[in-house]
Amino acid sequence: MSEAVLTQILYGGVGILLFLLGVWSFLIHAPLLRKLIALNVMGAGVFHLLVAVAYRGLQAPPDPVPHALVLTGIVVAVSATALALAFGRRLEREEPDDD
Amino acid sequence: MIDPLALAVALPLLGALAITMLPSAARTLGLLAALATTAAALWVTLLVWGGGAPRSELGGWGTPLGIALRADGLAAALLTMANVVGLAVSVHATGYFGATAASRHFWPLWLLLWTALNGLFLAADLFHLYVMLELMGLSAAALGALSGTREAAQASLRYLLVGLLGSMTYLLGVALVYTAYGSLDLALVAGAMTPGPVAWAAGALLIGALLLKSALFPMHFWLPPAHANAPAPVSAVLSALVVKAAVYLVLRFWLELCDGIATEAAGLLLGMLGAAAVLWGSWRALRAERLKLLAAYSTVAQIGYLFLFFPLLAATPAGPERDQLITALVLLALTHGFAKAGFFLAAGLVQKSTGHDRIRELGGAAQSLPAVTFALGLAGVALIGLPPSGTFFAKWVLLARAITLGQWWWVPVVMVGTLLAAGYVFRVLARAFTREPTPRCFVTDARTEVPALLLAILAALGMGLAAHPLTVLLGTGG
Amino acid sequence: MKSNPQTFLIALLLALVGVLLAWVFFGALTGYQGDRLATLALSRVPDSGVSHPVTSVLLNYRAHDTLMELAVLLAALLGIWSLGPAAAPYQPASLVLASLVGWVVPMLILVGGYLLWAGGHAPGGAFQAGALLGAAGVTLALSGKANAGLPGEPGLRVLAALGALIFALVGLALMGLGRGFLTYPPAIAKWLILLIETGATLSIGATLAAAFLGGLPVACAHPRTPFTLLRIRIVLPVARADTRT
Repeated sequence: MSEAVLTQILYGGVGILLFLLGVWSFLIHAPLLRKLIALNVMGAGVFHLLVAVAYRGLQAPPDPVPHALVLTGIVVAVSATALALAFGRRLEREEPDDD
Repeated sequence: MIDPLALAVALPLLGALAITMLPSAARTLGLLAALATTAAALWVTLLVWGGGAPRSELGGWGTPLGIALRADGLAAALLTMANVVGLAVSVHATGYFGATAASRHFWPLWLLLWTALNGLFLAADLFHLYVMLELMGLSAAALGALSGTREAAQASLRYLLVGLLGSMTYLLGVALVYTAYGSLDLALVAGAMTPGPVAWAAGALLIGALLLKSALFPMHFWLPPAHANAPAPVSAVLSALVVKAAVYLVLRFWLELCDGIATEAAGLLLGMLGAAAVLWGSWRALRAERLKLLAAYSTVAQIGYLFLFFPLLAATPAGPERDQLITALVLLALTHGFAKAGFFLAAGLVQKSTGHDRIRELGGAAQSLPAVTFALGLAGVALIGLPPSGTFFAKWVLLARAITLGQWWWVPVVMVGTLLAAGYVFRVLARAFTREPTPRCFVTDARTEVPALLLAILAALGMGLAAHPLTVLLGTGG
Repeated sequence: MKSNPQTFLIALLLALVGVLLAWVFFGALTGYQGDRLATLALSRVPDSGVSHPVTSVLLNYRAHDTLMELAVLLAALLGIWSLGPAAAPYQPASLVLASLVGWVVPMLILVGGYLLWAGGHAPGGAFQAGALLGAAGVTLALSGKANAGLPGEPGLRVLAALGALIFALVGLALMGLGRGFLTYPPAIAKWLILLIETGATLSIGATLAAAFLGGLPVACAHPRTPFTLLRIRIVLPVARADTRT
C-alpha cells in the first residue's frame, strides 16, 4: 500500500471519528452551544475526509475539486452556526416579542 | 439564447437581492419576482411537455467537471406545482402581511427559499443539491420564526438543528460517493454505482439524511410545532413544498442512484415507517385542538402515504406498471401540495379574523368567511381522497398494486388512514357550520382568499383531471 | 444529558457505524482506480482565466455553487436581522486596545486586499479576503465601535447584496450575449472573475461583521461614515439653492 493511500486512510479515518464524535455529542447534549459545537465538529470531520480524498501524494498537486467543496462547506457551516446562535440569543431574552 | 433553467433559479435570487437593497418596495418587487419566476418555470414545463429534455451546462464545461441543470418529467411536474403554489402564496402574502415590518423580512427570505426550491428540482449534481438543501433549510427556519412568538422561535431552532444534522450526514454521503466513483454528477454516479457495501453505505447516508428532512416517522418530531407556529403563508410553503422537495430527492435517488441496489427489504422498511406515519399522524390530527396543528399532523400522515409506494416500487420491475406507480406517487405529492397549501392559507385567514385557531370555537366561520371555509372543505376533500381529487386516483392505484403484488397488509393501513382523515376533516367542517344569518358576500378580501380557494379547487377537482396529462409529462423526457 | 444507559447505547451504536464506515471508506478509496476529477480539472486550468486550480473550480467550473453559497450567507444574515435588534455595543476601548486596533485593522484590510488579488495564482480569493475583512469588523466591534465600523442600514443592505448581485448580473449578461449562464469568454475570464471576487469580498466581509453584531444595526450612529458625508455634501447645495429663490 503506497504512502499516499496510507495517509489518506489515516486522515480520512480521523475525519470519520470526528464525524461520529459530533453525532454522539449532538444526540446526547442538550444545551444549544454544545449542539452547535457538535455540528461544527461533524462538519470538520467531513472536511477532513474530503481533504483526504484530494491528497495524491507528495509529488502530485492535490485534486482541487474536494478543496473547493470544503471551502463552500465551511462558509455554509459558518452561516448556519451564525443563524442558530442568533436564535439562541432570541430565546434567551426574557419577554417574548409581540407581533 | 435564453436559458429558462438558469432563469428559474436566477430570477427569484435577483428579486431577493433587489428587496434586500430596497426594503420599502418589498411587496411590489416580491410580486414581480414571483410572476417572473413562475413564468420561467412554466416555460421549462412547456419545453418538457413538448417532448424535449432541457439541459443546461452552467459555465459551458459539461459534466463531470461543471454543474448541469436538467428538467425531466418528474422535475417539471414538481417544478410546476412548486411555482403555482409559490405564486398563490405570494399573492396571499401581499395581503396577509400588508406593509408591516414582518413583510420586509418575509419577502427576501421567501424568494431565497424559492430559489432553493427551483434549484433543487432542476439540479443534477450531488454537491449542488447540498448547497440548495442548506439554502432551503436556513431560509425556511428563518421564515418559521417570523410570527415572533417564543414557541415559533423554539420550533424553528429545532427545525434548523435537525436540518443541519441531516445536511452534514448528506455531505458525508456525497464525500463517500466522490471517493468511490470520482464524480458528483447524478447521471454519471448512477451509471458507475454497482451493488456492494460502498453503494449501500452511500445510499443509506444520502437517503437517511433526506428521510430526516422529509419528516418520516419516527423522525417527524420537529415538523408539527414548526409548521403550526409559523405564519400561515410560511406554513403553507413548509408543508406543501419544503418537505415535498426532500421526498422528491428520496424518490430521485431511489430510482436513479439505487436502481438495482435498493433491496426489497429497504423498500419494506420505508413502507413500514410510512404506515406508522399514516396511522400516528392521522390519529394525532384527529386529537389536535388547533387548526394549524391538525394540518401539520396531517402533513406527517400524507408524507407517510408517499412512502407506502416504495415497497411496491421495489417489487415491480421496470415497465408500464412501474410507470403507473410513479405517476400515482407524483399525483399524490402534487395534490397534497396544492391541498395543504390551500388549507394552511385558509387556516391562517381564520386565525387572523377570529384571533385564534382553536377548532372548538370555530363556530360561525362559514358565515363570516364563506370563501375560506369553502377552501378548507375542498382541501379537506383532497386530503381525504374523495373523487375526483388526485388523491383518490393515487390511492386507488396504490391499493390495486398492493393487492396484485400480494402485499395486502398496506390496504388496511390506507383504509384506516383515510377514515381518520375523514374524521378530522369533518370535525373541522362540522364546527364551522352553525346556525347564523346567511353571509352577504362570498369573498371579503380577494387578495388573500382567492389564492387559498384556487389552490383548494386545483387539489380537489383539477388534479383528478390532471392524471392523464401527468402521465404524458412523466413519460416524456424520461 | 441523557441517562447513562442511553448514552452508552448510542455510543455503542455509533462505534459500530464508525467501524462500518471506516471499512467502506477503505474499500472506496482503494477500489477506485484513477485520479477522480483531478487530471481533468488541472488540465483545463489554463482555459479558466486564473492559474490557481482551486479558484478555477470555485469561480469557473462550479461557479453556480459559489453563487448559491453567497445566497446562503445572505439568507443567514436576513434571518439574523429578522430575529431582533443588535446587542448594545461594547464599552469603548482603553488606550492600549485602541492603539493596537488602530494598527491591526488597517493591516487586516491590506492583507485582505492582497489575498483577493493573490487568489488568481496562489491560495487566496474572495472568501479568504472576506473572512479577513469580517475579522476587521469583529475587532472594531470588540473595541467598542458601534456597528463594527460598518455603514448604516441602507449602505449595509447594499453591501450585503452586492456580491451575489454582481455575480448574478454577470451571469445574466453572459446569457443575454448568447454564451450561456456564467460561461466566461476565455479572453476576459480573468477580469470577470476578479470583478466577481471583489464584490464577493466586500459582501462577505460586511455579512460576517454584521452577523457578529447579531441583529438589525442601530440607526446611523457615526456622523462621519463616507455615506453620511456624501449625503451632507449633496443635501447642502440643494438646500442653499432653495433659499436663494
